[in-house]
Amino acid sequence: MISLAHYIVLGAVLFCIAVAGIFINRKNVIVLLMAIELMLLAVNINFIAFSRFFGDVAGQVFVFFILTVAAAESAIGLAILTLLFRNRRTINVAEFDDLRG
Amino acid sequence: MLSTSLLLAIVLAPLAGAVLAGLLGRRIGRAGAHSAAILGVGIACVLSFYVFYQLVWGGAPDYDQNIYTWFQVAGIGAHVGFLIDRLSAMMMVVVSFVSLMVHIYTIGYMADDDGYQRFFSYTALFTFFMLMLVMSNNFLQLFFGWEGVGLVSYLLIGFWFKKPTASFAGMKAFIVNRVGDLGFVLGIAAALRFLGSLDYGTAFAHAPSLVGRSIQIIPGHPWSVATLICILLFIGAMGKSAQVPLHVWLPDSMEGPTPISALIHAATMVTAGVFMVARMSPLFELSTTALSVVLVIGATGAFFLGLIGITQWDIKRVVAYSTLSQLGYMMAALGASAYAAGMFHLMTHAFFKALLFLGAGSVIMAMHHEQDMRYMGGLRRYMPVTYLTMWAGSLALCGIPPFAGFYSKDAIIEAVGASHIWGASYAYWCVLLGVFVTATYTFRMMYLTFHGEERFHVDAHAGHGHDDAHGEGHGERGVLAHAPHESPWVVTLPLVLLAIPSLLIGIFAVRPLLYGNFFGSAIVVAPAHDVLAEMATHFHGVLALTLHAVLTAPFWIAVAGIVVTSYVYLLNPAMADVVKRVLGPVYRVVDNKFYFDEVYNALFVRGSVALGQALWKGADAGAIDGVMVNGSASLVDRVARRARTLQSGFLYHYAFAMIVGLILLLAGFLLVPHA
Repeated sequence: MISLAHYIVLGAVLFCIAVAGIFINRKNVIVLLMAIELMLLAVNINFIAFSRFFGDVAGQVFVFFILTVAAAESAIGLAILTLLFRNRRTINVAEFDDLRG
Repeated sequence: MLSTSLLLAIVLAPLAGAVLAGLLGRRIGRAGAHSAAILGVGIACVLSFYVFYQLVWGGAPDYDQNIYTWFQVAGIGAHVGFLIDRLSAMMMVVVSFVSLMVHIYTIGYMADDDGYQRFFSYTALFTFFMLMLVMSNNFLQLFFGWEGVGLVSYLLIGFWFKKPTASFAGMKAFIVNRVGDLGFVLGIAAALRFLGSLDYGTAFAHAPSLVGRSIQIIPGHPWSVATLICILLFIGAMGKSAQVPLHVWLPDSMEGPTPISALIHAATMVTAGVFMVARMSPLFELSTTALSVVLVIGATGAFFLGLIGITQWDIKRVVAYSTLSQLGYMMAALGASAYAAGMFHLMTHAFFKALLFLGAGSVIMAMHHEQDMRYMGGLRRYMPVTYLTMWAGSLALCGIPPFAGFYSKDAIIEAVGASHIWGASYAYWCVLLGVFVTATYTFRMMYLTFHGEERFHVDAHAGHGHDDAHGEGHGERGVLAHAPHESPWVVTLPLVLLAIPSLLIGIFAVRPLLYGNFFGSAIVVAPAHDVLAEMATHFHGVLALTLHAVLTAPFWIAVAGIVVTSYVYLLNPAMADVVKRVLGPVYRVVDNKFYFDEVYNALFVRGSVALGQALWKGADAGAIDGVMVNGSASLVDRVARRARTLQSGFLYHYAFAMIVGLILLLAGFLLVPHA
């Protein structure tokens, strides 16, 4: 029997992979975007798991919202990324340090 | 009966002249400017004589009215008003007459000057302020006139403002006078506080209530209120009338044009302090301490400042030190409660000192603006009118009977001798020996200027004329382009008109002024101090007084001075150097004016410069700029410099910070027990 704990552990593992993706990756901005998507999906899994567990549909409705926003966000993110690449001719994360004090 | 409009005309006519000459000077030209100023002052002079006549012979009562209320606050009124009694009427006559003479003289003296209109505007303005001062019926208007004449004095000392020494002298006069004025303002404030009014009439009526009252400014040391008020007022008089510690500005004021030296720095403005003390006699009579201070300071100046005159070479400075000495005499008379004698000397001095200054100016013109007596000599052949009139002034100054100065100065010496207050015997010796000093410097000046051999020579090719005037840019000294000649009539006429009162006024004025209760209620003398009443007991007429002079000490002391000076400067000119060598150290001290300027420079000037430097470097540049303004900025700068290193610019660092923050937040939720 797959219990609630399994789902939560899966969500946690996915989240940790996403965080690791952000930290370890120093080369590729696209990977960053993918890692963020992964984080959102990890959160979604938690939502759905609790929704089923408590028998409350609100959690699943929330997931639809998150997916919609995530789609919009990644569209904007990719657009920014395209512009960035056009201007800088690179997608290397280590080279984007304009905010350095 | 004196009408208000008459008195207003006296004051406003010179003001109108000043405004016309000053503001429209360019349009109305030189002749227009001097006509406007002379007309204004002339009207004031004629009307002043009329007022004087009405008061003394016409039986008009004293005039004391407010004309205009400036403001009224909490029961204290500031008014413009006139108090015309015999005291102020006499001052009005003296001021306007001398001023008129000087105005006429100026036409000749300033003929080549670019600032002709400006000069007439200032002198007429001075007359306005001086008349406001003497005609005032309250302390505030007195102060207005007081500061006004001080301002014009400053403007006129620095009249040739392109000459650095002149503008410095102007500033010196202004600053030294501020020291005195601080005391004066405090004195007026104290009078207002304790007498309850700025008006003379009310204030003096309350004066007896001051007896026995004291105030503790330093706890544990009660001071008499009357003494406090009088000494503060006298500090003001010390500044304006150049009494001992505050006299240093007057000799330097000789940088100004000579007519100004005659009008402001000899005849009228510097006597404002004497007039003020005489006007305040109801207050001064309450405090023997204040009278002693006045007496001692006046007498000290009378003797010691006169001494300096003997060592000076500049003809105007000799007369200037003589003025200081004579002002000392006047103050000494006031200190001895012989107010009438002080005012008498003020009047005679105004005439003969203005005469001496104008005569000196005439000499300076003849010598092409050379003021050093070492390059003069033998001028009597070239300028007889100046020569004779200056002798009249000199003899009056020395107190030789029957010249005017004799009566006034003799009265002062006798009054000081008869006084019994503290310091009177010291003062008596000072004023007595001052006679010797006066005779010495006066005759020395006359001999060096008019007698003896000519210490200049005429060289037609010397190549400097009138145009490079005012003592700057001379070629070889003692060389004149053409022979000295008598001055034009506009210069000699005032000399003659001033020589007449210098010669005669004493004879006519001595009886009514000193022994005839001339001033009436204008001057109050406590019976215990009334030295003039004591002197009146052995006054047996003018002729007897004049003849009796040959038996008195002052006369023979003056004669001794004349004899010594005649021998040293006329018969045996080599003597002067011998005397100088014998008296070496004494001569050096006197020649350096008792080192007053040096001490003031070291103490006050350097002191305030050091204080200013300390405040500038320490407080302004250090504390305010360094710590507060730049300090706060640099603190922010340093903090920001540290903080900016946190901003790496790498996305993963920010993400890491977020995660760590999130974990800490969650840990906080889990670990801290909920309430």
